[in-house]
Amino acid sequence: MATTTLRPATDDLPKTPRDLLPVLIAPVLALAALPLIGSPTTWVTLTVAALAMGMMIFVIASGLTLIFGLMDVLNFGHGAFIAIGAYMAMTVLAPLSGWVQSDALSLNLAALLLAVIAAMIGTGVLGWAFERVIVRPVYGQHLKQILITMGGLIVAEQLIHVVWGGDQKPMPLPGGLRGAITIGDFALEKFRLLAVAVGLTVFIVMQLVLNRTKVGLLIRAGVENREMVEALGYRIRQLFVGVFIAGSALAGLGGTMWALYRETLTAAIGGDVMVLVFIVIIIGGLGSVGGCFLGAILVALMANYTGFLAPKIAVASNILLMVAILMWRPQGLYPVARR
Amino acid sequence: MSDALLSLDGVHTHIGQYHILQGVDLVVPRGELTVLLGRNGAGKTTTLRTIMGLWPPSKGTITFDGQSIGGRATPDIARLGIGYVPESMGVFADLTVAENMRLAARLGPPDTARLDWIFGLFPALKRFWQLPAGLLSGGQKQMLSIARAIVEPKSLILIDEPTKGIAPAIIEGMITAFKELKRAETTILLVEQNFRFAASLGDSVAIMDDGRIVHRGTMQALAADSALQTRLLGLSLAAHQ
Repeated sequence: MATTTLRPATDDLPKTPRDLLPVLIAPVLALAALPLIGSPTTWVTLTVAALAMGMMIFVIASGLTLIFGLMDVLNFGHGAFIAIGAYMAMTVLAPLSGWVQSDALSLNLAALLLAVIAAMIGTGVLGWAFERVIVRPVYGQHLKQILITMGGLIVAEQLIHVVWGGDQKPMPLPGGLRGAITIGDFALEKFRLLAVAVGLTVFIVMQLVLNRTKVGLLIRAGVENREMVEALGYRIRQLFVGVFIAGSALAGLGGTMWALYRETLTAAIGGDVMVLVFIVIIIGGLGSVGGCFLGAILVALMANYTGFLAPKIAVASNILLMVAILMWRPQGLYPVARR
Repeated sequence: MSDALLSLDGVHTHIGQYHILQGVDLVVPRGELTVLLGRNGAGKTTTLRTIMGLWPPSKGTITFDGQSIGGRATPDIARLGIGYVPESMGVFADLTVAENMRLAARLGPPDTARLDWIFGLFPALKRFWQLPAGLLSGGQKQMLSIARAIVEPKSLILIDEPTKGIAPAIIEGMITAFKELKRAETTILLVEQNFRFAASLGDSVAIMDDGRIVHRGTMQALAADSALQTRLLGLSLAAHQ
Protein backbone atom coordinates (compact mmCIF):
# COMPACT_ATOMS: atom_id res chain seq x y z
CA MET A 1 0.00 0.00 0.00
CA ALA A 2 1.24 3.43 -0.81
CA THR A 3 1.13 4.50 2.79
CA THR A 4 2.80 1.62 4.54
CA THR A 5 5.72 3.93 5.29
CA LEU A 6 3.45 6.10 7.42
CA ARG A 7 4.11 5.65 11.08
CA PRO A 8 2.37 7.13 14.10
CA ALA A 9 4.14 9.60 16.33
CA THR A 10 5.79 7.69 19.13
CA ASP A 11 4.98 10.05 21.95
CA ASP A 12 1.80 10.06 23.99
CA LEU A 13 0.16 7.13 22.19
CA PRO A 14 -1.99 4.58 23.97
CA LYS A 15 0.00 1.41 24.22
CA THR A 16 -1.20 -1.73 22.51
CA PRO A 17 -2.13 -4.02 25.41
CA ARG A 18 -0.28 -7.31 25.32
CA ASP A 19 -2.39 -9.92 27.03
CA LEU A 20 0.18 -12.55 27.89
CA LEU A 21 -1.51 -13.99 30.97
CA PRO A 22 -3.23 -16.87 29.11
CA VAL A 23 0.06 -17.82 27.45
CA LEU A 24 1.58 -18.32 30.90
CA ILE A 25 -1.01 -20.94 31.86
CA ALA A 26 0.63 -23.68 29.76
CA PRO A 27 4.14 -23.43 31.29
CA VAL A 28 2.64 -22.98 34.77
CA LEU A 29 0.52 -26.10 34.28
CA ALA A 30 3.52 -28.04 32.99
CA LEU A 31 5.78 -26.94 35.85
CA ALA A 32 3.05 -27.63 38.41
CA ALA A 33 2.78 -31.18 37.09
CA LEU A 34 6.53 -31.87 37.40
CA PRO A 35 6.66 -32.46 41.20
CA LEU A 36 3.45 -34.49 41.02
CA ILE A 37 4.86 -36.76 38.30
CA GLY A 38 8.22 -36.99 40.04
CA SER A 39 10.38 -38.41 37.28
CA PRO A 40 11.76 -35.76 34.88
CA THR A 41 12.04 -38.29 32.04
CA THR A 42 8.39 -39.29 32.42
CA TRP A 43 7.44 -35.63 32.61
CA VAL A 44 9.31 -34.86 29.36
CA THR A 45 7.72 -37.85 27.63
CA LEU A 46 4.24 -36.79 28.76
CA THR A 47 4.84 -33.16 27.84
CA VAL A 48 6.14 -33.94 24.34
CA ALA A 49 3.23 -36.36 23.82
CA ALA A 50 0.87 -33.58 24.93
CA LEU A 51 2.43 -31.07 22.57
CA ALA A 52 2.05 -33.55 19.69
CA MET A 53 -1.55 -34.27 20.63
CA GLY A 54 -2.21 -30.55 21.03
CA MET A 55 -0.83 -29.76 17.59
CA MET A 56 -3.03 -32.40 15.97
CA ILE A 57 -6.10 -31.08 17.78
CA PHE A 58 -5.13 -27.56 16.75
CA VAL A 59 -4.86 -28.55 13.08
CA ILE A 60 -8.35 -30.05 13.26
CA ALA A 61 -9.88 -27.25 15.34
CA SER A 62 -8.36 -24.21 13.59
CA GLY A 63 -10.62 -24.49 10.55
CA LEU A 64 -13.69 -25.09 12.67
CA THR A 65 -13.10 -22.02 14.82
CA LEU A 66 -12.81 -19.82 11.71
CA ILE A 67 -15.96 -21.39 10.23
CA PHE A 68 -17.85 -20.56 13.41
CA GLY A 69 -16.32 -17.12 13.79
CA LEU A 70 -16.92 -16.09 10.20
CA MET A 71 -20.47 -17.32 9.63
CA ASP A 72 -21.81 -18.40 13.04
CA VAL A 73 -22.07 -21.94 11.70
CA LEU A 74 -22.01 -24.73 14.27
CA ASN A 75 -20.62 -27.56 12.18
CA PHE A 76 -20.92 -30.81 14.10
CA GLY A 77 -20.17 -32.57 10.83
CA HIS A 78 -16.50 -31.52 11.06
CA GLY A 79 -15.76 -34.93 12.51
CA ALA A 80 -16.75 -36.51 9.19
CA PHE A 81 -13.81 -34.81 7.46
CA ILE A 82 -11.45 -36.10 10.15
CA ALA A 83 -12.57 -39.67 9.55
CA ILE A 84 -12.81 -39.49 5.76
CA GLY A 85 -9.39 -37.81 5.55
CA ALA A 86 -7.88 -40.61 7.61
CA TYR A 87 -9.53 -43.32 5.46
CA MET A 88 -8.41 -41.63 2.24
CA ALA A 89 -4.85 -41.47 3.58
CA MET A 90 -5.06 -45.16 4.52
CA THR A 91 -6.25 -45.96 0.99
CA VAL A 92 -3.29 -44.12 -0.54
CA LEU A 93 -0.80 -45.68 1.87
CA ALA A 94 -1.98 -49.25 1.17
CA PRO A 95 -0.43 -49.58 -2.33
CA LEU A 96 2.64 -47.70 -1.08
CA SER A 97 3.38 -50.32 1.57
CA GLY A 98 6.89 -50.74 0.19
CA TRP A 99 7.64 -47.08 0.86
CA VAL A 100 5.85 -47.17 4.21
CA GLN A 101 7.75 -50.19 5.48
CA SER A 102 11.08 -49.02 4.12
CA ASP A 103 13.76 -47.94 6.57
CA ALA A 104 14.49 -44.93 4.37
CA LEU A 105 12.95 -41.88 6.01
CA SER A 106 12.71 -40.08 2.66
CA LEU A 107 10.45 -42.83 1.25
CA ASN A 108 8.36 -42.83 4.44
CA LEU A 109 7.88 -39.09 4.24
CA ALA A 110 7.12 -39.23 0.51
CA ALA A 111 4.38 -41.81 1.13
CA LEU A 112 2.98 -39.74 3.98
CA LEU A 113 3.09 -36.60 1.86
CA LEU A 114 1.09 -38.26 -0.93
CA ALA A 115 -1.42 -39.59 1.60
CA VAL A 116 -1.81 -36.20 3.23
CA ILE A 117 -2.25 -34.43 -0.13
CA ALA A 118 -4.93 -36.94 -1.15
CA ALA A 119 -6.68 -36.58 2.23
CA MET A 120 -6.65 -32.79 2.07
CA ILE A 121 -7.86 -32.60 -1.53
CA GLY A 122 -10.56 -35.19 -0.89
CA THR A 123 -11.85 -33.56 2.29
CA GLY A 124 -11.58 -30.11 0.71
CA VAL A 125 -13.84 -31.18 -2.16
CA LEU A 126 -16.21 -32.88 0.28
CA GLY A 127 -16.21 -29.71 2.38
CA TRP A 128 -17.26 -27.69 -0.67
CA ALA A 129 -20.15 -30.10 -1.33
CA PHE A 130 -21.09 -30.22 2.37
CA GLU A 131 -21.31 -26.41 2.51
CA ARG A 132 -23.45 -26.20 -0.62
CA VAL A 133 -25.84 -29.03 0.17
CA ILE A 134 -26.06 -29.21 3.94
CA VAL A 135 -24.89 -25.95 5.53
CA ARG A 136 -26.09 -23.28 3.09
CA PRO A 137 -29.81 -23.88 3.62
CA VAL A 138 -29.48 -23.37 7.38
CA TYR A 139 -27.41 -20.20 7.67
CA GLY A 140 -28.45 -18.23 10.75
CA GLN A 141 -30.43 -21.14 12.24
CA HIS A 142 -28.30 -22.65 14.98
CA LEU A 143 -30.66 -25.41 16.06
CA LYS A 144 -31.11 -26.62 12.49
CA GLN A 145 -27.34 -26.39 11.95
CA ILE A 146 -26.71 -28.68 14.92
CA LEU A 147 -29.31 -31.18 13.78
CA ILE A 148 -28.42 -31.26 10.11
CA THR A 149 -24.63 -31.29 10.54
CA MET A 150 -24.94 -33.99 13.19
CA GLY A 151 -27.05 -35.90 10.69
CA GLY A 152 -24.36 -35.30 8.05
CA LEU A 153 -21.78 -36.79 10.43
CA ILE A 154 -23.91 -39.91 10.98
CA VAL A 155 -24.49 -40.35 7.24
CA ALA A 156 -20.76 -39.91 6.57
CA GLU A 157 -19.88 -42.54 9.16
CA GLN A 158 -22.32 -44.98 7.58
CA LEU A 159 -20.90 -44.26 4.14
CA ILE A 160 -17.45 -45.07 5.52
CA HIS A 161 -18.82 -48.44 6.66
CA VAL A 162 -20.16 -49.01 3.15
CA VAL A 163 -16.95 -48.01 1.33
CA TRP A 164 -14.23 -49.22 3.69
CA GLY A 165 -16.08 -51.69 5.94
CA GLY A 166 -17.08 -51.45 9.58
CA ASP A 167 -14.14 -53.19 11.19
CA GLN A 168 -11.22 -51.47 12.86
CA LYS A 169 -8.37 -50.80 10.41
CA PRO A 170 -4.68 -50.78 11.20
CA MET A 171 -2.84 -47.57 10.34
CA PRO A 172 0.78 -48.46 11.07
CA LEU A 173 3.42 -45.80 11.37
CA PRO A 174 6.06 -45.83 8.62
CA GLY A 175 9.22 -47.66 9.67
CA GLY A 176 11.39 -44.56 9.78
CA LEU A 177 8.98 -42.79 12.09
CA ARG A 178 8.86 -45.56 14.65
CA GLY A 179 10.92 -45.42 17.78
CA ALA A 180 12.43 -42.50 19.57
CA ILE A 181 15.33 -40.09 19.45
CA THR A 182 17.27 -40.30 22.70
CA ILE A 183 18.82 -37.17 24.14
CA GLY A 184 20.54 -38.02 27.41
CA ASP A 185 17.94 -39.71 29.57
CA PHE A 186 15.08 -38.36 27.49
CA ALA A 187 13.41 -40.33 24.72
CA LEU A 188 11.42 -38.30 22.21
CA GLU A 189 9.20 -40.28 19.85
CA LYS A 190 9.87 -39.43 16.22
CA PHE A 191 6.27 -39.25 15.09
CA ARG A 192 5.37 -36.93 17.94
CA LEU A 193 8.18 -34.59 16.90
CA LEU A 194 6.82 -34.71 13.33
CA ALA A 195 3.33 -33.90 14.61
CA VAL A 196 4.67 -30.91 16.55
CA ALA A 197 6.50 -29.71 13.43
CA VAL A 198 3.39 -30.08 11.26
CA GLY A 199 1.19 -28.28 13.83
CA LEU A 200 3.66 -25.43 14.23
CA THR A 201 3.96 -25.09 10.45
CA VAL A 202 0.16 -24.89 10.07
CA PHE A 203 0.00 -22.30 12.87
CA ILE A 204 2.75 -20.14 11.35
CA VAL A 205 1.24 -20.33 7.85
CA MET A 206 -2.19 -19.41 9.23
CA GLN A 207 -0.74 -16.47 11.13
CA LEU A 208 1.08 -15.26 8.02
CA VAL A 209 -2.03 -15.58 5.87
CA LEU A 210 -4.29 -13.94 8.46
CA ASN A 211 -1.91 -11.06 9.20
CA ARG A 212 -0.02 -10.44 5.98
CA THR A 213 -2.52 -10.97 3.18
CA LYS A 214 -5.69 -9.18 2.14
CA VAL A 215 -7.66 -12.44 2.25
CA GLY A 216 -6.44 -12.88 5.81
CA LEU A 217 -7.52 -9.35 6.69
CA LEU A 218 -10.93 -10.08 5.22
CA ILE A 219 -11.25 -13.26 7.29
CA ARG A 220 -10.28 -11.41 10.48
CA ALA A 221 -12.63 -8.56 9.68
CA GLY A 222 -15.41 -10.99 8.73
CA VAL A 223 -15.08 -12.85 12.02
CA GLU A 224 -15.56 -9.51 13.78
CA ASN A 225 -18.31 -7.94 11.65
CA ARG A 226 -19.26 -9.72 8.43
CA GLU A 227 -22.04 -7.24 7.66
CA MET A 228 -19.54 -4.38 7.47
CA VAL A 229 -17.25 -6.43 5.24
CA GLU A 230 -20.16 -6.83 2.83
CA ALA A 231 -20.93 -3.10 3.05
CA LEU A 232 -17.37 -2.48 1.89
CA GLY A 233 -18.14 -4.43 -1.27
CA TYR A 234 -16.72 -7.87 -0.52
CA ARG A 235 -18.73 -11.03 -1.18
CA ILE A 236 -18.21 -12.77 2.12
CA ARG A 237 -20.11 -15.90 1.06
CA GLN A 238 -17.31 -16.71 -1.39
CA LEU A 239 -14.76 -16.10 1.33
CA PHE A 240 -16.69 -18.38 3.65
CA VAL A 241 -16.78 -21.17 1.09
CA GLY A 242 -13.00 -20.84 0.80
CA VAL A 243 -12.58 -20.99 4.58
CA PHE A 244 -14.93 -23.97 4.79
CA ILE A 245 -12.91 -25.84 2.16
CA ALA A 246 -9.61 -24.98 3.88
CA GLY A 247 -11.04 -25.95 7.28
CA SER A 248 -12.25 -29.29 5.91
CA ALA A 249 -8.88 -29.95 4.29
CA LEU A 250 -7.13 -29.21 7.59
CA ALA A 251 -9.51 -31.67 9.29
CA GLY A 252 -8.40 -34.23 6.70
CA LEU A 253 -4.75 -33.51 7.54
CA GLY A 254 -5.47 -33.67 11.27
CA GLY A 255 -7.45 -36.89 10.85
CA THR A 256 -4.53 -38.52 9.04
CA MET A 257 -2.12 -37.48 11.78
CA TRP A 258 -4.55 -38.57 14.52
CA ALA A 259 -5.04 -42.02 12.97
CA LEU A 260 -1.27 -42.49 12.65
CA TYR A 261 -0.91 -41.38 16.28
CA ARG A 262 -3.39 -44.05 17.37
CA GLU A 263 -2.21 -46.53 14.70
CA THR A 264 -5.79 -47.71 14.28
CA LEU A 265 -8.78 -46.35 12.46
CA THR A 266 -12.54 -46.62 12.83
CA ALA A 267 -15.39 -44.60 11.36
CA ALA A 268 -15.99 -43.07 14.78
CA ILE A 269 -12.52 -41.51 14.95
CA GLY A 270 -13.90 -38.09 14.07
CA GLY A 271 -16.69 -38.11 16.62
CA ASP A 272 -14.26 -39.27 19.31
CA VAL A 273 -11.94 -36.32 18.89
CA MET A 274 -14.65 -33.71 18.31
CA VAL A 275 -15.37 -33.42 22.04
CA LEU A 276 -11.81 -32.20 22.57
CA VAL A 277 -12.04 -29.99 19.47
CA PHE A 278 -15.14 -28.20 20.76
CA ILE A 279 -13.56 -27.71 24.18
CA VAL A 280 -10.51 -26.21 22.47
CA ILE A 281 -12.41 -23.70 20.35
CA ILE A 282 -14.61 -22.67 23.29
CA ILE A 283 -11.78 -22.05 25.73
CA GLY A 284 -9.66 -20.41 23.03
CA GLY A 285 -12.42 -17.92 22.12
CA LEU A 286 -14.71 -18.65 19.19
CA GLY A 287 -13.09 -17.50 15.95
CA SER A 288 -9.64 -16.97 17.47
CA VAL A 289 -6.82 -18.95 15.85
CA GLY A 290 -4.30 -17.89 18.52
CA GLY A 291 -6.73 -18.89 21.26
CA CYS A 292 -7.35 -22.18 19.50
CA PHE A 293 -3.60 -22.91 19.42
CA LEU A 294 -3.20 -22.18 23.12
CA GLY A 295 -6.41 -24.03 24.00
CA ALA A 296 -5.23 -27.14 22.14
CA ILE A 297 -1.95 -27.20 24.07
CA LEU A 298 -3.75 -26.74 27.40
CA VAL A 299 -6.30 -29.47 26.67
CA ALA A 300 -3.58 -31.90 25.61
CA LEU A 301 -1.36 -31.15 28.62
CA MET A 302 -4.31 -31.65 30.95
CA ALA A 303 -5.34 -34.90 29.24
CA ASN A 304 -1.84 -36.38 29.38
CA TYR A 305 -0.97 -35.33 32.92
CA THR A 306 -4.29 -36.44 34.42
CA GLY A 307 -4.19 -39.62 32.33
CA PHE A 308 -0.91 -40.46 34.08
CA LEU A 309 -1.65 -39.12 37.55
CA ALA A 310 -5.34 -39.89 37.98
CA PRO A 311 -6.72 -41.91 35.07
CA LYS A 312 -10.19 -42.03 36.62
CA ILE A 313 -10.67 -38.26 36.29
CA ALA A 314 -8.87 -37.95 32.96
CA VAL A 315 -12.10 -37.86 30.97
CA ALA A 316 -13.59 -35.12 33.13
CA SER A 317 -10.37 -33.12 33.49
CA ASN A 318 -10.83 -31.11 30.32
CA ILE A 319 -14.42 -30.31 31.19
CA LEU A 320 -13.12 -28.96 34.51
CA LEU A 321 -10.42 -27.01 32.64
CA MET A 322 -13.06 -25.49 30.38
CA VAL A 323 -15.28 -24.56 33.33
CA ALA A 324 -12.35 -22.95 35.15
CA ILE A 325 -11.28 -20.92 32.11
CA LEU A 326 -14.81 -19.79 31.31
CA MET A 327 -15.32 -18.69 34.91
CA TRP A 328 -12.17 -16.59 34.54
CA ARG A 329 -12.81 -15.41 30.98
CA PRO A 330 -16.38 -16.15 29.86
CA GLN A 331 -15.56 -15.32 26.21
CA GLY A 332 -12.51 -17.61 26.15
CA LEU A 333 -8.80 -16.90 26.44
CA TYR A 334 -8.52 -14.62 23.41
CA PRO A 335 -12.02 -13.48 22.45
CA VAL A 336 -12.50 -11.86 19.09
CA ALA A 337 -13.89 -8.33 19.25
CA ARG A 338 -17.51 -8.28 18.17
CA ARG A 339 -19.62 -5.59 16.56
CA MET B 1 -32.57 21.29 -7.67
CA SER B 2 -30.07 18.88 -9.25
CA ASP B 3 -31.11 15.56 -10.79
CA ALA B 4 -31.70 12.65 -8.43
CA LEU B 5 -28.80 10.30 -7.80
CA LEU B 6 -30.87 8.12 -5.48
CA SER B 7 -34.60 7.80 -5.20
CA LEU B 8 -36.89 5.63 -3.11
CA ASP B 9 -40.42 5.16 -4.31
CA GLY B 10 -43.01 3.61 -2.01
CA VAL B 11 -40.44 1.50 -0.15
CA HIS B 12 -41.69 -0.85 2.54
CA THR B 13 -39.43 -2.90 4.80
CA HIS B 14 -40.45 -5.63 7.19
CA ILE B 15 -38.12 -6.94 9.89
CA GLY B 16 -39.65 -10.17 11.08
CA GLN B 17 -43.25 -9.37 11.95
CA TYR B 18 -42.58 -5.64 12.25
CA HIS B 19 -43.56 -3.31 9.41
CA ILE B 20 -40.88 -0.61 9.77
CA LEU B 21 -40.84 1.38 6.52
CA GLN B 22 -44.37 2.03 5.31
CA GLY B 23 -43.99 3.59 1.90
CA VAL B 24 -40.89 5.78 1.95
CA ASP B 25 -40.57 8.29 -0.92
CA LEU B 26 -37.20 10.00 -0.88
CA VAL B 27 -35.01 11.81 -3.41
CA VAL B 28 -31.31 12.48 -2.91
CA PRO B 29 -30.12 15.09 -5.43
CA ARG B 30 -26.73 14.58 -7.05
CA GLY B 31 -23.91 16.60 -5.50
CA GLU B 32 -25.94 17.69 -2.48
CA LEU B 33 -26.04 16.81 1.19
CA THR B 34 -29.49 15.59 2.12
CA VAL B 35 -30.36 15.28 5.78
CA LEU B 36 -32.84 12.70 7.01
CA LEU B 37 -34.29 13.82 10.32
CA GLY B 38 -36.80 12.26 12.64
CA ARG B 39 -37.48 11.02 16.12
CA ASN B 40 -36.04 7.80 17.51
CA GLY B 41 -37.74 4.83 15.91
CA ALA B 42 -39.01 6.82 12.92
CA GLY B 43 -37.22 4.47 10.48
CA LYS B 44 -34.11 6.49 9.52
CA THR B 45 -31.56 3.74 10.16
CA THR B 46 -33.84 1.19 8.51
CA THR B 47 -33.98 3.43 5.43
CA LEU B 48 -30.18 3.45 5.13
CA ARG B 49 -29.92 -0.29 5.76
CA THR B 50 -32.61 -0.94 3.17
CA ILE B 51 -30.73 1.16 0.60
CA MET B 52 -27.56 -0.85 1.37
CA GLY B 53 -29.41 -4.15 0.98
CA LEU B 54 -28.78 -5.14 4.58
CA TRP B 55 -32.52 -5.44 5.02
CA PRO B 56 -34.27 -6.09 1.71
CA PRO B 57 -37.32 -3.99 0.83
CA SER B 58 -40.59 -5.93 0.81
CA LYS B 59 -42.16 -3.52 -1.66
CA GLY B 60 -41.31 -0.42 -3.70
CA THR B 61 -38.36 0.57 -5.85
CA ILE B 62 -34.94 1.97 -5.05
CA THR B 63 -33.14 3.58 -7.99
CA PHE B 64 -29.49 4.57 -7.92
CA ASP B 65 -27.96 6.42 -10.83
CA GLY B 66 -30.67 5.15 -13.17
CA GLN B 67 -30.62 1.48 -12.15
CA SER B 68 -32.84 -0.42 -9.77
CA ILE B 69 -30.93 -1.70 -6.71
CA GLY B 70 -33.79 -2.86 -4.50
CA GLY B 71 -33.22 -6.43 -3.37
CA ARG B 72 -29.65 -6.64 -4.67
CA ALA B 73 -26.94 -8.11 -2.45
CA THR B 74 -25.07 -5.65 -0.24
CA PRO B 75 -21.64 -6.14 -1.87
CA ASP B 76 -23.14 -5.50 -5.31
CA ILE B 77 -24.74 -2.28 -4.07
CA ALA B 78 -21.50 -1.14 -2.44
CA ARG B 79 -19.61 -1.84 -5.68
CA LEU B 80 -21.82 0.67 -7.49
CA GLY B 81 -20.00 3.36 -5.53
CA ILE B 82 -22.04 3.67 -2.35
CA GLY B 83 -20.16 4.13 0.92
CA TYR B 84 -21.82 3.36 4.23
CA VAL B 85 -21.02 4.65 7.71
CA PRO B 86 -23.29 2.74 10.12
CA GLU B 87 -24.55 4.06 13.42
CA SER B 88 -22.35 1.53 15.21
CA MET B 89 -19.39 2.83 13.14
CA GLY B 90 -18.48 -0.74 12.19
CA VAL B 91 -14.73 -0.36 12.65
CA PHE B 92 -12.82 -3.62 12.89
CA ALA B 93 -11.49 -3.33 16.43
CA ASP B 94 -8.88 -6.10 16.13
CA LEU B 95 -7.43 -4.57 12.95
CA THR B 96 -5.15 -1.55 12.95
CA VAL B 97 -6.26 1.78 11.50
CA ALA B 98 -4.03 1.02 8.50
CA GLU B 99 -5.62 -2.41 8.02
CA ASN B 100 -9.11 -0.93 8.27
CA MET B 101 -8.21 1.54 5.54
CA ARG B 102 -6.52 -1.13 3.44
CA LEU B 103 -9.70 -3.21 3.44
CA ALA B 104 -11.82 -0.19 2.55
CA ALA B 105 -9.60 0.45 -0.48
CA ARG B 106 -11.15 -2.43 -2.40
CA LEU B 107 -9.86 -1.46 -5.82
CA GLY B 108 -6.22 -1.31 -4.75
CA PRO B 109 -3.92 0.85 -2.71
CA PRO B 110 -5.20 4.43 -2.48
CA ASP B 111 -2.93 7.10 -3.86
CA THR B 112 -0.90 9.10 -1.42
CA ALA B 113 -2.60 12.36 -2.36
CA ARG B 114 -6.02 11.02 -1.36
CA LEU B 115 -4.70 9.68 1.91
CA ASP B 116 -3.04 13.02 2.63
CA TRP B 117 -6.41 14.67 1.95
CA ILE B 118 -8.04 12.29 4.46
CA PHE B 119 -5.29 12.90 7.00
CA GLY B 120 -5.93 16.61 6.53
CA LEU B 121 -9.58 16.03 7.45
CA PHE B 122 -8.85 13.61 10.28
CA PRO B 123 -5.28 14.12 11.57
CA ALA B 124 -5.76 11.59 14.39
CA LEU B 125 -5.84 8.75 11.88
CA LYS B 126 -2.28 9.43 10.74
CA ARG B 127 -1.15 9.63 14.33
CA PHE B 128 -2.73 6.30 15.29
CA TRP B 129 -2.09 4.59 11.94
CA GLN B 130 -0.54 1.41 13.32
CA LEU B 131 -2.71 1.04 16.41
CA PRO B 132 -5.63 -1.40 16.71
CA ALA B 133 -8.82 0.49 15.96
CA GLY B 134 -10.34 -0.85 19.16
CA LEU B 135 -8.05 1.47 21.12
CA LEU B 136 -9.37 4.63 19.48
CA SER B 137 -11.80 6.92 21.26
CA GLY B 138 -15.41 7.07 20.07
CA GLY B 139 -14.76 10.19 18.04
CA GLN B 140 -11.65 8.73 16.45
CA LYS B 141 -13.55 5.57 15.54
CA GLN B 142 -16.17 7.73 13.88
CA MET B 143 -13.42 9.52 11.93
CA LEU B 144 -12.05 6.16 10.83
CA SER B 145 -15.48 4.96 9.80
CA ILE B 146 -16.01 8.05 7.64
CA ALA B 147 -12.46 7.88 6.29
CA ARG B 148 -13.06 4.29 5.18
CA ALA B 149 -16.12 5.40 3.27
CA ILE B 150 -14.17 8.04 1.36
CA VAL B 151 -10.81 6.33 0.89
CA GLU B 152 -11.95 5.63 -2.66
CA PRO B 153 -14.06 8.10 -4.65
CA LYS B 154 -17.74 7.32 -4.07
CA SER B 155 -20.86 8.49 -5.86
CA LEU B 156 -22.91 8.45 -2.68
CA ILE B 157 -22.16 8.18 1.01
CA LEU B 158 -24.76 7.10 3.57
CA ILE B 159 -23.92 8.27 7.07
CA ASP B 160 -25.93 7.26 10.12
CA GLU B 161 -25.85 9.62 13.11
CA PRO B 162 -22.14 10.48 13.11
CA THR B 163 -22.44 12.85 16.09
CA LYS B 164 -24.10 10.38 18.43
CA GLY B 165 -22.14 10.31 21.69
CA ILE B 166 -19.30 12.36 20.21
CA ALA B 167 -17.59 15.26 22.02
CA PRO B 168 -18.47 18.79 20.74
CA ALA B 169 -14.86 19.52 19.75
CA ILE B 170 -14.82 16.49 17.45
CA ILE B 171 -18.23 17.43 16.03
CA GLU B 172 -16.74 20.78 14.97
CA GLY B 173 -13.99 18.87 13.17
CA MET B 174 -16.63 16.72 11.53
CA ILE B 175 -18.50 19.77 10.26
CA THR B 176 -15.28 20.97 8.63
CA ALA B 177 -14.77 17.53 7.07
CA PHE B 178 -18.32 17.35 5.69
CA LYS B 179 -18.01 20.85 4.24
CA GLU B 180 -14.83 19.71 2.52
CA LEU B 181 -16.68 16.67 1.13
CA LYS B 182 -19.43 18.97 -0.12
CA ARG B 183 -16.85 21.14 -1.85
CA ALA B 184 -15.68 17.95 -3.60
CA GLU B 185 -19.31 17.55 -4.78
CA THR B 186 -19.78 14.26 -2.95
CA THR B 187 -23.44 13.29 -2.64
CA ILE B 188 -24.31 12.51 0.96
CA LEU B 189 -27.40 11.17 2.69
CA LEU B 190 -26.96 12.00 6.36
CA VAL B 191 -29.17 10.64 9.12
CA GLU B 192 -28.92 12.96 12.09
CA GLN B 193 -30.70 13.89 15.31
CA ASN B 194 -28.47 16.87 16.10
CA PHE B 195 -30.44 19.56 14.29
CA ARG B 196 -27.82 22.28 14.72
CA PHE B 197 -25.21 20.00 13.10
CA ALA B 198 -27.66 19.02 10.37
CA ALA B 199 -28.72 22.61 9.70
CA SER B 200 -25.11 23.75 9.31
CA LEU B 201 -24.50 21.22 6.54
CA GLY B 202 -27.72 20.24 4.81
CA ASP B 203 -28.85 21.42 1.39
CA SER B 204 -32.12 19.55 1.42
CA VAL B 205 -33.97 17.80 4.21
CA ALA B 206 -36.48 15.03 4.63
CA ILE B 207 -38.26 14.30 7.89
CA MET B 208 -39.48 10.84 8.83
CA ASP B 209 -42.17 9.76 11.21
CA ASP B 210 -43.67 6.29 11.69
CA GLY B 211 -41.85 4.82 8.69
CA ARG B 212 -42.87 7.53 6.20
CA ILE B 213 -41.43 10.78 4.89
CA VAL B 214 -43.66 13.52 6.28
CA HIS B 215 -41.78 16.56 4.99
CA ARG B 216 -39.36 17.36 2.16
CA GLY B 217 -37.78 20.70 1.35
CA THR B 218 -34.68 22.79 1.65
CA MET B 219 -32.75 22.91 4.89
CA GLN B 220 -32.64 26.68 4.62
CA ALA B 221 -36.44 26.88 4.73
CA LEU B 222 -36.72 24.49 7.66
CA ALA B 223 -33.96 26.23 9.62
CA ALA B 224 -35.77 29.54 9.22
CA ASP B 225 -39.16 28.24 10.35
CA SER B 226 -39.15 27.42 14.05
CA ALA B 227 -42.88 26.68 14.04
CA LEU B 228 -42.35 24.01 11.38
CA GLN B 229 -39.43 22.59 13.34
CA THR B 230 -41.53 22.36 16.45
CA ARG B 231 -44.41 20.76 14.59
CA LEU B 232 -42.29 18.18 12.77
CA LEU B 233 -39.47 17.54 15.20
CA GLY B 234 -40.99 18.55 18.50
CA LEU B 235 -38.12 20.96 19.15
CA SER B 236 -36.85 24.06 17.39
CA LEU B 237 -33.29 24.90 16.30
CA ALA B 238 -33.19 27.53 19.02
CA ALA B 239 -33.64 24.82 21.66
CA HIS B 240 -30.52 23.06 20.36
CA GLN B 241 -28.33 26.13 20.89
